[in-house]
Amino acid sequence: MAAVERPFPPGDYDVVVVGSGPGGLQTSYFLRQLGIRHALLSRDERPGGMFQRYPIFQRLITWTKPDAPVERSSREYEWYDHNSLLAEEPELKALVPALMDRAYDLPSRAEMEAGLCAFADRAGLEARYGCTWESTRYEGERLVLETSDGEYRCRAAVFALGVTEPWRAEVPGLEHAAHYVDTRDPARYEGRDVFVVGKRNSGFEVAQGILPWARSIVLGSPRPVQTDALALSALRVRYLHPYDEYARGGPGTYVIDVSIERIERIGERLRVITQGTTWDGTLEFDVDDVIAATGFQAPLQDLPQLGLVTVADGRIPALTPFWESVSLPGVFFAGNASQGARGIGKRGAGASSTSVNGFRYNARVLAGHLAERLDGGRPPREPVADLVSFLLHELTSAPELWVQKGYLCRVVSAADGSHVDEGVVPLASFLDSPGPDAYAASVEVDEAGKIVPTLYVRRGGDVHEHQLEHHPLHRYDGEPYRKHVSGIVS
Amino acid sequence: MSIAETLGQLALFADLTPSQLEAIAHSHEEDVFAAGERVLRRGLSGGNFYVILEGEASVELDGESRAKLARGDFFGEVSALTGEPPTTDVVAVTMLRCLVIPAPQLEQLLLDRPQLMLRMLRMEARRLRSTLEWQP
Repeated sequence: MAAVERPFPPGDYDVVVVGSGPGGLQTSYFLRQLGIRHALLSRDERPGGMFQRYPIFQRLITWTKPDAPVERSSREYEWYDHNSLLAEEPELKALVPALMDRAYDLPSRAEMEAGLCAFADRAGLEARYGCTWESTRYEGERLVLETSDGEYRCRAAVFALGVTEPWRAEVPGLEHAAHYVDTRDPARYEGRDVFVVGKRNSGFEVAQGILPWARSIVLGSPRPVQTDALALSALRVRYLHPYDEYARGGPGTYVIDVSIERIERIGERLRVITQGTTWDGTLEFDVDDVIAATGFQAPLQDLPQLGLVTVADGRIPALTPFWESVSLPGVFFAGNASQGARGIGKRGAGASSTSVNGFRYNARVLAGHLAERLDGGRPPREPVADLVSFLLHELTSAPELWVQKGYLCRVVSAADGSHVDEGVVPLASFLDSPGPDAYAASVEVDEAGKIVPTLYVRRGGDVHEHQLEHHPLHRYDGEPYRKHVSGIVS
Repeated sequence: MSIAETLGQLALFADLTPSQLEAIAHSHEEDVFAAGERVLRRGLSGGNFYVILEGEASVELDGESRAKLARGDFFGEVSALTGEPPTTDVVAVTMLRCLVIPAPQLEQLLLDRPQLMLRMLRMEARRLRSTLEWQP
């Protein structure tokens, strides 16, 4: 019997994309749309990435509303569906809502995975599965990726491997703890005292998961829970039950601000020795189990040895606004690791690049950026007939701007009295690059968490900022806004 | 070296205990900028307070360098504390690693840690004195 021929054999490509989760699939889809010759490699046997395994206890924390006031095939619907990948073809759009059982407006892990598999299948996205990226080197300006199948040479590599490798803080004795990823069966915590190290997503998720079983649960980490920020965060949806119990004085569940000095084994039990961070004093806890919910890191292989600069204790690559390593030219990241580009961070706000809703747009912008850089060609730009209506429509309903608040903006350039749509780009790139007179529409958040649409006007090289009044229904296409924006652009 | 350990070596944070430094390091993001990237933008609202952990930056006005900043220096405090947009740009000269503290959180941090506030005030006073010395 003849062997089935696998796609993308080792060799020379313009771009090599590594990873077949949502970031890799979305990047490959848009590179293909732009005609960029690339290989998609994955060590997995099928698409889906982290959603084959995580989250363990809960549904996703990003919404998909199967019914919405706009058509599922419309661009505007993307704002109602934060989990489907993007596509031009109507039959490839909004695949996740069609697979949901509607028990909740957050898909389950299995529904999300099915949506990704359906996308890869229906789009005919090929990948070389079972091919593991092993090491990396430069040959001149080209990158060489050594894999289990051989060498791939490319002008740019896009790593879309998620942030999925368990990471442990450097705490003496934390090796006695199970990591979040090893905590599958909640029943194993029946009648046990548990200390969870970490108070972010996975810490609250695991605590919520074992609440009905454990005898007592302590969540501890140096950083205080910012309840005001959490009130506006996707995390609140299902994870905050343990915090709620603690805040209302419930016995047996505690959420404390401590640095963990060390963990010691005392017979069958573990002793956690802590020091207060927002209060003075020390506390010791004797527990049956310690769970390290200290998060994940991007699987970076040998890139740090090659000179990759990272943030967050080496966990995340430090990236430029177009998601290129700040230190390794030609090395790009897509998917969850694209959070390494923080953007202008106005009022401390970061990009929404840690979930599919945000990084699917990053992938489209990245594909366009790579096409321009490798080919020197730019897709044709459309003229904008009515500038004010265009900008107001974008500020009211552009999903890219509403998801990637303060990170992505829509740009319209002006020359000789006519206007041209320059597409969606990182706001930092618009603000910091010289260019012709132009307008950039961005949706931002003020100090109080209120959404503020913002227009940037570049004239003669200088950029000025104009904030629009907040509207309670987020409708920015009415007469007062038309008047305001007409005044700004005239 | 962890961010908390790096902070512990900087004059601004010299009075804080290791666990207080850990709380600061865990509560705020770290950001790295490539050489040439703009960090603080003149005239634009919403700038943050930055502490340089590694690398060098330049304070620029109309593209001309007015001062150099290095490890342990901080910038963005004037606009963070007054709510006014920055009056200069700050641009990374080398690769620049910073701790980023948004304006509202800076205010709370200074109120929570008066020793930090005093250190910052002293450093600010020195800057003011050297600025005045430059005047003809």
